Amino acid sequence: MEKVENEEIDRRKLLERLGIMGASGLAVYLAGTLQPNAVFAASKPSEIKKTVADVTFHYGMVIDTKRCVGCRSCVLACKAENKTPPGVYYTVVVDQVLDNRPDDKPTFMTKPCFHCEHPSCVNACPVSATFKRKEDGIVVVDYDRCIGCRYCITACPYGARWFDFGENYPAVAEKTNYAEVPSPEYNKFIKREPEKSPIGNVRKCTFCMHLQDENGKYNKQTGHWPACAKTCTGHAIFFGDFNDEESDVYRLIRERQYIRLKEELGNAPNVYYLL
Amino acid sequence: MSRNIFEKYDSKSLKKIFWAVGGLCFILGLYGWYDRFAYGHIHAHYGSVVTWGLWIAAYIYFIGLSAGSFLVSSLIYVFNIKAFEKIGRLALFTAIVTLVLALLSVWADLGHEFRAWHVIVYANFTSPMAWMIYLYSFYVLIILLEFWLVNRKDFIVGAQTQDWKGKIYRILALKSKDISDQSVERDHRWVKILASIGVPVAIMFHGGVGALFGVVAARPHWHSGLFPILFLLSALVSGGALLAMVSIIFQDGYNKNKDTVILLGKMVLGMLILDVIFQVSEFLVAFRGGIPGHIAGLQMVISGKYWPVFWIWQVFLGTVVPIVILSSKLKNSAFYVGLACLFIFVGIFGLRLNIVIPGLAVEEIKGLATAVTSQRANVLYFPSLTEWMLTIGVSGLGMLMFGLGEILLPKEKHQE
Repeated sequence: MEKVENEEIDRRKLLERLGIMGASGLAVYLAGTLQPNAVFAASKPSEIKKTVADVTFHYGMVIDTKRCVGCRSCVLACKAENKTPPGVYYTVVVDQVLDNRPDDKPTFMTKPCFHCEHPSCVNACPVSATFKRKEDGIVVVDYDRCIGCRYCITACPYGARWFDFGENYPAVAEKTNYAEVPSPEYNKFIKREPEKSPIGNVRKCTFCMHLQDENGKYNKQTGHWPACAKTCTGHAIFFGDFNDEESDVYRLIRERQYIRLKEELGNAPNVYYLL
Repeated sequence: MSRNIFEKYDSKSLKKIFWAVGGLCFILGLYGWYDRFAYGHIHAHYGSVVTWGLWIAAYIYFIGLSAGSFLVSSLIYVFNIKAFEKIGRLALFTAIVTLVLALLSVWADLGHEFRAWHVIVYANFTSPMAWMIYLYSFYVLIILLEFWLVNRKDFIVGAQTQDWKGKIYRILALKSKDISDQSVERDHRWVKILASIGVPVAIMFHGGVGALFGVVAARPHWHSGLFPILFLLSALVSGGALLAMVSIIFQDGYNKNKDTVILLGKMVLGMLILDVIFQVSEFLVAFRGGIPGHIAGLQMVISGKYWPVFWIWQVFLGTVVPIVILSSKLKNSAFYVGLACLFIFVGIFGLRLNIVIPGLAVEEIKGLATAVTSQRANVLYFPSLTEWMLTIGVSGLGMLMFGLGEILLPKEKHQE
């Protein structure tokens, strides 16, 4: 019986020691992982807020469906600007033929990310890798944190998110000079390499936020403007700050009739379509 | 009771078939794993529209089996139902094996599989997925501890032998040496406590998997309050069916353990009928309501390109045939119960596919899938070779784990 008791004590001690070792190991590990690296810190909302001070923007788009001719320049301009690979589109043009009238005029709609006021994707992400920036409302993806589960793709009601499967256009795959040009996204200029982010991540439109100046402002005159809006041949895409009374977007939604898609879901998109 | 020529296949030959099939599947699976790790997701056929495919279907299938088996084991350890006592440890072991398979399936599906730990460290609790991961972790702890406690005495006894098995038992016994009746009683007490905690955890995490789909308002096919309940019911159906099959193969269920298998058959039938009632309710309400977005997924299920998955796989093989067998005279033959359970076991996989894929294959914005010419923006999804092979491999691994469990783990006491 005494022997059994000794065993008991020994085991208890052993367990205690194991417990202490385990806990301290975990603490060290967590301390290591939670230490944000420089790149990551830059994309944290709190860090950026310091530089932007109290200025807040409310960026969005107003798209005039009467002006859209369905030329798809916006899709190409976006691809050229963000260097997105095959299968990743930050904007697409959907055309819909009206029911029963296939000979009728089709309706076109260019469809970037809507940077919703209440984005479903943000609440779906299990690791907070996608979030809405406090300072300008742009919904971004932290490539270093995203695990590629694609739950956000299922949660987005507008099909604005795309998974990077790692495919490349021939110009990149064949290692031409074009392959050397990195994407300016998030001002990170990441070189595209197999198995490294953004491959294996979910990607989306950022309103070309790498073109913002250090105060978070865009400038249409100098071309620091979202690529799709800059390129639109029919001047159908208006971009701007809804907080700015001088902006086109502020004026247009007051002067014209608009709709937002799937209002019933409560996402409150920041992209309006003029009728 | 009808005899059948197949009944001459006893546990021994069934086990041989089991090993052979398991081994073959595992080896085929190596190709899938190789391709997945060498080329990432390039060779997978899911895209950015149908963004989850076979692997996620396999994941919710296996996790359902785990939750179902665990809940059946709780009938013994919490509710003290003696009739199922013989399959108690087997049920726990099944829950562990299928949990491993589920986690492997979903792990392969991640874009950055080596960042899986982010979910623990950076958990965002507005996401059902983060909740799920925490509940899984808790469940793993409970189930492993519970399994160890129910086997502790046998590990210690087994550790006395000097062969290689003895060595493994010495490791598994974790230095525990006490085999007095008192200590065994203490084990039982703890098992009951753990199992009692485990029941709500299992209900939460599997209901949670249902909620993970159910809360996605963007996908009307999933967005229903019935979803968590449907997940739990089909978990009990498939878990019970798997246990009956495993009991037949590993516990000589045609002879010695006949009563348990037949009783399991009855339980599975009850659950299956309940499951069908809920599903019919889902269909009827949706179609009578007639909102196009809501019924688009269901229409795809019943009359779309994959109608055979529903009508032949899920409804005929997975539902009608087993219900007919289990409610006819055949229900008193362990062989036919096993056969019905095999049909259910396979049929529920069809059900899982019909949850994941039609939910995603409906365009969220009309014209989205045809706006660009990319295979990744396609509403038509059929799993690629890599996807099939990896899932076959995961299933094979499960079979091998059962085989190893058979060799290594203590047999149920009644058999001696």
